[in-house]
Amino acid sequence: MITANNLDRSKLMDVIWDIQRKKNHIGHDDITKIAQQFDMSRMELEGIVTFYHFYHRIPSGKFTIYLNDSIVSEHSGRPEVLEAFEKSLGIKLGRISADGLFGLYKTPCIGLSDQEPSCLINFKPFTNLTPEKVYDIVEQLRNGAKPSKICDHPETNVRYTPEPERTIFFKPYDRFTSLTKLNEYEPFEIIEIIKNSKLTGRGGAFFPTGLKWQFCRQNEGPIKYLICNADEGEPGTFKDRVLMQQHPELLIEGMILGAYAIGAAQGAIYLRAEYMYLRKSLETLLQTYREQGYLGRNIRAKRPFDFDIYIHMGAGAYVCGEETALIHSMEGKRGEPSTKEYFPVERGFNNRPTVVNNVETLSAVPRILMMGLDKYLELGTEKTPGTKLLSVSGDCELPGLYEIEWGMKLRDFLELIGAKDTKFILFNGYAGECLSEVDFDREISGENLLADDVLFHFKNPIEYAQKMSGIGLRAGGSVMIFNKSRDVLNVMKNVADFFVDESCGICVPCRTGNFLLNKKIDRIKLGHGEERDLEEIKEWSKIIKTTSRCGLGKMSSTALNDAIFKFPDVFGTVLSENTDFNKAFNLKDATVDYDRIINEMTSDYE
Amino acid sequence: MSNLVNLKIDGKPIQAEAGTNLVDVAKQNGTYIPTLCYFKELNPLATCRICTVKVNGRETTGCTVKVAEGMDVEVSTPELLDNRKAIIEMLYAEGNHFCPSCEKSGNCDMQNLGYDMGITVTRYPHVFSDKIVDFNPKRMIMESNRCILCKRCVEEVKTSDGKDVFSFVQRGVKTRVHIDYEQEAKLTEAEAIHAMNICPVGAILVKGMIHEQPFGERKYDLLGKDIKPRVKEESLRETEDGKFIVATTSLAGCFGCHMSLLDIDTDLLDVLEIVEFNKSPLTDIKNFSKQCHIGLVEGGCANSENVEVLREFRKKCDILVGFGECAIMGGIPAMRNFVPLKECLDEAYLNGMTTEVGADIIPGHEDIPKILNNVYPCNEVVKIDYYIPGCPPNAQHIWKVVKSILLGEEFSIAHDEFKYD
Repeated sequence: MITANNLDRSKLMDVIWDIQRKKNHIGHDDITKIAQQFDMSRMELEGIVTFYHFYHRIPSGKFTIYLNDSIVSEHSGRPEVLEAFEKSLGIKLGRISADGLFGLYKTPCIGLSDQEPSCLINFKPFTNLTPEKVYDIVEQLRNGAKPSKICDHPETNVRYTPEPERTIFFKPYDRFTSLTKLNEYEPFEIIEIIKNSKLTGRGGAFFPTGLKWQFCRQNEGPIKYLICNADEGEPGTFKDRVLMQQHPELLIEGMILGAYAIGAAQGAIYLRAEYMYLRKSLETLLQTYREQGYLGRNIRAKRPFDFDIYIHMGAGAYVCGEETALIHSMEGKRGEPSTKEYFPVERGFNNRPTVVNNVETLSAVPRILMMGLDKYLELGTEKTPGTKLLSVSGDCELPGLYEIEWGMKLRDFLELIGAKDTKFILFNGYAGECLSEVDFDREISGENLLADDVLFHFKNPIEYAQKMSGIGLRAGGSVMIFNKSRDVLNVMKNVADFFVDESCGICVPCRTGNFLLNKKIDRIKLGHGEERDLEEIKEWSKIIKTTSRCGLGKMSSTALNDAIFKFPDVFGTVLSENTDFNKAFNLKDATVDYDRIINEMTSDYE
Repeated sequence: MSNLVNLKIDGKPIQAEAGTNLVDVAKQNGTYIPTLCYFKELNPLATCRICTVKVNGRETTGCTVKVAEGMDVEVSTPELLDNRKAIIEMLYAEGNHFCPSCEKSGNCDMQNLGYDMGITVTRYPHVFSDKIVDFNPKRMIMESNRCILCKRCVEEVKTSDGKDVFSFVQRGVKTRVHIDYEQEAKLTEAEAIHAMNICPVGAILVKGMIHEQPFGERKYDLLGKDIKPRVKEESLRETEDGKFIVATTSLAGCFGCHMSLLDIDTDLLDVLEIVEFNKSPLTDIKNFSKQCHIGLVEGGCANSENVEVLREFRKKCDILVGFGECAIMGGIPAMRNFVPLKECLDEAYLNGMTTEVGADIIPGHEDIPKILNNVYPCNEVVKIDYYIPGCPPNAQHIWKVVKSILLGEEFSIAHDEFKYD
């Protein structure tokens, strides 16, 4: 029980989490109490609680079930699994059972795309669900089993690595070994090595890591922070989960080395709530590092140097993967991206210079230092040396994690994963590109990149194929494969729904623009679409792209526009000619309320 | 301290002090970058995105940019101007804005920008979002239908002990600003009025302090007189027997636009020289007897009959013109969209002040039109070719538009003809 007023605001989310876990919702009195503890208005707190979708204001069931509703899950049998849940629990999606035992909710991708359909029950993972398995799980829970006892342990499914000397991540590693480098190098030397290694942000933004560190180093300040972005929210990505399952020591040592380089004394891992089951093992490992003297005050590997790491739990907001939103979230605020007036390296967490790096980026650091710059630069391509982790899901024989050297041809990669009959690929997740056959000869690398608005200027797919064949595909991590039996429109609808749910709401182009684009897709799906609608989608996307505040709005319509461009047959056949009548306006639908009211009244008389 | 840097705004070389805000620098040098959320240099909010400009070829919000040496800023390219207009239109489509009944009309930043940009209608379909009007606070009214989520009040209005009065709640398209009642009660009268005044629209109102300024003295009453309209090119239309056929109708409107139409008095005789009226309340012709050149539609669609008539008009008229606020945005009748239909009907037929005691019937019969779930603007049902805004539009203005369309003449609407409130 905390009694003191004016608690450190960054602890706010932990306090809310405690109550959410204990009472499965945040009640009216809880709001009053927490607001008082943190010296804020009730409504401000209300705003924070309602921002994150894992916090509930009304009871969410003793067993809160979150069923993944991403498209890969849908294609792997989610509809049947959902039906099994609804039948066995006797409730519809989004409801809680009358006895308050179960709550059934949907949630976007939970980072288990290679073992779908999957769900979280009280944040414990259950993978490869089938209707039979669902009935069994519900039965066991009803009989008093604990989710932690009956849950699955997600497979790491590491399917491919290059030969050992060309592998960066997935090969044996001896704990603490990279920390000897602390004595070998000065901070600026580490920054120099990382700069020369051309390591870029592996979360998908590709900002040069060394440069980021250098900027942060240059910004004077008594306190600096290093934050690891483990809010792996991009649908289809699970590489960070696998890294944290298999080689968490790389991440921790990467953070220690990074902190030494930029001069940070405090570090944090912003772990997405979907990965709560990894928290315990991470905490244990951090404790081991502390006990061995590698974390904490005056760490053993380098004196004098203080550095410690704590874990901050997210609470379900895709936008918090954006670094400034993540920082706001860590400060106990709504996870809205900042105005970009300052970069985090100038004013980040608590207004101090802050570096935010992805799990994969940080995990690469110890390896680069250990293997030496020269050997590292031999791998991959010139602009993107090294290897890349790709999370593969969807229609292929071997979904799972792949560590490949940059420069592999997409066609070879598809062969490697056993993808046959591929119609299209969502590359880099929902916020990425939609690739079709015309892209298969491109290589996965950061070579010859083009500006991102180029797509709007191509006249037809043939011209596109000619111009794009030499252009690299910079991979962020997610590769979702769809074969010829899949409906492009259906996939795009799932993507559009996702962005409507996940927009933070701070700027109108993203908040309402994505909502309107979603309505357009509905229109086309219902057969009400016209030529004009495609034109409008294109124009509106451009407006959303150019005026949105953060990457969410800037990328949300890319896949859709790619698909329209690359699959004219799909979109062409569902369209009708332009007419002066809005076919989506249906008089019958528009009078349902009135009909119902009149029917109720007349049945009253009888 | 003078530390001048050189930059270019729309190609014009400019000197300014390093680190000053781009919006301010542009303003001082005669380039207007419109803004809605920006009101304090120290703390740009960058929520409204209207000030989006291109700096060195990249889009960014002007309010967050500090000028630096060698900056090349584009403000008024056709693309950027259209982006700005698009955002304002999106704000209109997202909220439920009814200027004719809004207390802030004439003092509203967004309304003024709408006029400046010549917005007659939004290119987006209406969102029809459920929003509430909160009368509970002690002193204020929070009219969420009008709120554009600019965040000014959230950032600016605090109690003396530093607590937020206004907060964002929920996320995405459901985001709203809510008032914390306990904190609101702590505000002084002056602070409450300040909150109302910094609201760029009419979302925050202070009870009893709403109509401070009389018409003619409001912030934007006299602005924009010298704005030159943009000219659109129209195609010439053929004439038959020297006369054009015009039809008019009033759907869910008050006939005020038709009244206004008659206000041209004796000029009507000139009009009749070139125009023959077909189906119209003016001629009392009930059914179309021939194809018409122009159909003038007043009012939106509130019931099934409105929809039928509008569709008939679309079929029988080559060009359809929506005139008046109700046809364009739904207008006053659309204000019932905030209230569930059942409540509307109960109020009208069962519990209203003027219903007979013991009334228990809501009319329903196959012969009478059905009420729609929402009141729809005409362009949600059929394509509308032209819009004449106003509540009601001025008579001369209506005829000027009709005549110009018929004769295929280019025409431009002066700002004061276009500005109604």
